[in-house]
Amino acid sequence: MRVLVTGVAGTLGRLVATRLIDRGHDVIGIDRRPWVDAPDQVEMFQYDIRKRPAEDVFRRRRPDAAIHMATVTHLVHKSPDRMRVNLYGTRAFIHHCHTYGVKQAVMVGRHTYYGAAADSPLYHTEDEPPMSSHAFPELADLVAADLYASSALWRYPEIATSVLRMVYTLGPTKHGTLALYLRGPRVPLVMGFDPLFHFLHEEDAAEAIVTALARKLHGVYNVSGPSPVPISTIARAAGRRTLAVPASWINFGLGRLALPNLPPAALDHLKYPIVVDSSAFKRATDFQHQYDEQETIERFRAAL
Amino acid sequence: MFERLLPIDPEVAERIDALELSFNKFGVDPYGIDKADLTRVVSAFAWIYRNYFKVDVYGLEHVPPRGRAVMVGNHSGGVAIDAMMVMGSMLLDAEQPRLPQGMIDRFIHQFPGASKLMSRTGQFTGNPDQALRLLHDERLVLVFPEGARGTAKLAKDADTLVGFGTGFLRLALETKSPIIPFGFVGGGEALPTIANLERLGRMVGVPYIPVTKWGVLVPKPTRFQLLYGKPMLFEGSGHERDDVCNAMVDEVKTKIRDLIQQGRALREGRLSEADLEL
Repeated sequence: MRVLVTGVAGTLGRLVATRLIDRGHDVIGIDRRPWVDAPDQVEMFQYDIRKRPAEDVFRRRRPDAAIHMATVTHLVHKSPDRMRVNLYGTRAFIHHCHTYGVKQAVMVGRHTYYGAAADSPLYHTEDEPPMSSHAFPELADLVAADLYASSALWRYPEIATSVLRMVYTLGPTKHGTLALYLRGPRVPLVMGFDPLFHFLHEEDAAEAIVTALARKLHGVYNVSGPSPVPISTIARAAGRRTLAVPASWINFGLGRLALPNLPPAALDHLKYPIVVDSSAFKRATDFQHQYDEQETIERFRAAL
Repeated sequence: MFERLLPIDPEVAERIDALELSFNKFGVDPYGIDKADLTRVVSAFAWIYRNYFKVDVYGLEHVPPRGRAVMVGNHSGGVAIDAMMVMGSMLLDAEQPRLPQGMIDRFIHQFPGASKLMSRTGQFTGNPDQALRLLHDERLVLVFPEGARGTAKLAKDADTLVGFGTGFLRLALETKSPIIPFGFVGGGEALPTIANLERLGRMVGVPYIPVTKWGVLVPKPTRFQLLYGKPMLFEGSGHERDDVCNAMVDEVKTKIRDLIQQGRALREGRLSEADLEL
């Protein structure tokens, strides 16, 4: 099968591409960033998914399936650019899939879709609406991209589309939101709060994406591995020292003191858990994670 | 949490070991209940439960040793001292220790410290989705249908009941869980509240601040009566009309009122333990 992967030069993108090759698929990679030492079996195009040359790749190479991972998080990109990449990129992806006869599409989204709040239940199910994006505009475009991708389910029923809401990834590459947060000399915690964090090993995450493709999933699915762990426990197990800071100090420091300029609601993600129920995904795919919570943190720690 | 502050009571540690919860390699269950934290907190609480207060518990055998159930009772005494005594009885007195998981008011998780404590001991903001999940997972869910209006009762009204919602009943019907009614007596004596400061409370983010006879919010050593009634099992889907549900809710409410009255009579020596009808 010929599989096109957007965002292929990202950490998870590379892991997914490698797995696809191992299973005998032809991989076409699209990314704005270079992938210098990409394996020979990956046909690499350094284009922006929103631009015409990317469409040309769809037109000429006619992939059977496509995986969309070219989204960026609030921590990496400034607001207007991030919004364009996430929304217009997703739109272009879906549009090209439809126009050029892609039979299967996987959209990789994030579990932060559900938002963190004092009263949100543990184990969100796929039917729950996003709760706190109004208070956190930096998250709103990821939520919008997720919902937009979901609209492809009825807009283009001929494409087997799956939208995956994946928990944080962690592992030896030390990439991703959670790894970034844990990487510093001290892990800042909000004093008096210690939310559960839901994460899975990056290899398991890649496996889940490839599995979704192999099983021709159609629908919206939460994806998780082992059960969640309190952030202070994760930090300790990763050999990090923690620093409990009162919420008011952090609020004051946002945008100053070398802290990113985020709204106060962003702090809710360090105060309250986002934990998802992935039983529907497991039922549909028989997916089993290979690394438990302790092994996952160990692999990350060993690479630090 | 509290590693340096709270010593572990070996007897409590044994009882926490006996809890039928599945802890992972970090000693954390799927809902974030931390075995080590729970042991420390309950060790400290055990001293208060046994020495500062005294709780006469009746009908503990009515709480199933395992499997889903909804514990439903009355609130009194300004703060949820009753919830703590129910916890104590289930963790420290019951033959098979169980951890009741309370459906707590949403303001509690907004406070630093309180949020951490509640998260690590399995006490979540009241939410139908959360309660359904816990019951499907065969947990013991603790509900005070009066909510904050219940704790707000002044000492003179401590043994009365205010309005019950139908939420707990619909949950029980939908999950086919037995309801364990209980009555709690003595809250009004431990914390005799004479007023509630609502405006001041709202300013700091709580429903109200209770004021006791002696001003501060420190309970005096008290003997409590806690009576568990026979399990009540209702037939239905949980999607009945309100009037149908309200009739069942009234049945539970009547039972709880009866348990409170028996508890009061026991307390005042008008009733002997042998004459109890739970």
